[in-house]
Amino acid sequence: MIELKSGLIVSKIKDGTVIDHIPAGRALAVLKVLGIRGIEGSRIALVMNAESSKYGRKDILKIEDRTIEEKEAELITLIAPEATINIIKEYEVVGKRKQEIPDFITGLLKCSNPSCVTNNDPEAVSKFRTIVKRPIVLSCTYCETRLTEDEVMRQILG
Amino acid sequence: MRDVISVLDFSKEEILKLFDLTEKHLNNQFRPKLEGKIVATAFFEPSTRTALSFSSAALSIGAKVLGFSSDEATSVSKGENLADTIRMLDNYADCIVMRHKLDGSAKFAAEIASKPVINAGDGKREHPTQALIDMFTVMKLFGQLENLVFGFIGDLRYARTVNSMLRILTLFKPKMVYLISPQQLRARTEILEGLNYPFKEITDVRDVAGELDVLYVTRIQRERFLDEDEYEKVKESYKVDVKTVEAMRKDSAILHPLPRVSEVDRKIDSMPQAKYFLEASYAVPLRSVLLHEVMTGD
Repeated sequence: MIELKSGLIVSKIKDGTVIDHIPAGRALAVLKVLGIRGIEGSRIALVMNAESSKYGRKDILKIEDRTIEEKEAELITLIAPEATINIIKEYEVVGKRKQEIPDFITGLLKCSNPSCVTNNDPEAVSKFRTIVKRPIVLSCTYCETRLTEDEVMRQILG
Repeated sequence: MRDVISVLDFSKEEILKLFDLTEKHLNNQFRPKLEGKIVATAFFEPSTRTALSFSSAALSIGAKVLGFSSDEATSVSKGENLADTIRMLDNYADCIVMRHKLDGSAKFAAEIASKPVINAGDGKREHPTQALIDMFTVMKLFGQLENLVFGFIGDLRYARTVNSMLRILTLFKPKMVYLISPQQLRARTEILEGLNYPFKEITDVRDVAGELDVLYVTRIQRERFLDEDEYEKVKESYKVDVKTVEAMRKDSAILHPLPRVSEVDRKIDSMPQAKYFLEASYAVPLRSVLLHEVMTGD
């Protein structure tokens, strides 16, 4: 169970994933990254603006019967760099992933420069180098165009 | 065998070695040779001097040259993608010299090709061999590359030659660099952030003309503007005229990667500062040495 100072209690899940330390207000964005629309049938608990001794406010997401792929975890780091991904088995946390923002992000984002080769050749896959982690700034390894956090969020959230 | 995508693919020592060999080549003390080799000049975007100078450089040292000078004459016009065209050229030649309108195309081609790729200009990003020619000219004129005052005037936003020059100067400690342009054509942040020397953005060349050792002029890159209205607003926004050159020292130099349009008054051609045709004359010998170095690794 997650017990919050506000008194809100969310029951434990048997198997699945708990994503903690999502910046306040971004849990819906994480759901979007995971492609979860709420019609999949599995139980989902979402807590927004919970108290956090470390960050002031945070969001928490509990998703039953769902694991997180590596590519999904990379995307989550871009919108929630402090997030911790907890793997749950038989009601217990059996693994904890604190994902670091990767040095290179390949194929996940689109370069905002229309004249970049990655927007014009079907074989040219976008690749960004992380030049600042917080707030995130990425640089296209082909044309050097910068992507700021706003642009990254805009792309991920569509 | 190596790729040349950016000027920063070279160390300072490698550049000085290239310049030393070029000087020796000019004095007939070194003869680059590429007999039996084939150089492909893949100019997907129109170019006169760069394409011809690479061809001349390759032919003059015994290599054979094949290629094209616009994508209209290639299978690209039938819808072939860049990657496939590069794969074909990789089979036909020992080195691919490539110009393309897309930013980052040279790096992408280098990832596809097993043979060395030389970037002869990719979009608005870089034109490294032009910067080598420019700096070789500076060395010939001043006998040194460090502690000089440079002014870059014109389209600093889209001119790839300026990007390569600004970057190559990070290896040579200039005393000061003035970036002279209208607001809309200021150099891009990603270039400025990498500079490790003093620079100042200004709008009027007359404010610094007397201080300059080198004034580097570029034309407005009409073909890089996505919006024609934006181009119309700035197309006549700067010009180097006789009065400006009279304010410069007699031993200073005006360089221009050419072609020029109307940004340099033709009356300047006969003034002592005009060095752009001398600069152009170094293109073939330097590119001969570069091709030799890239393909033989000697």
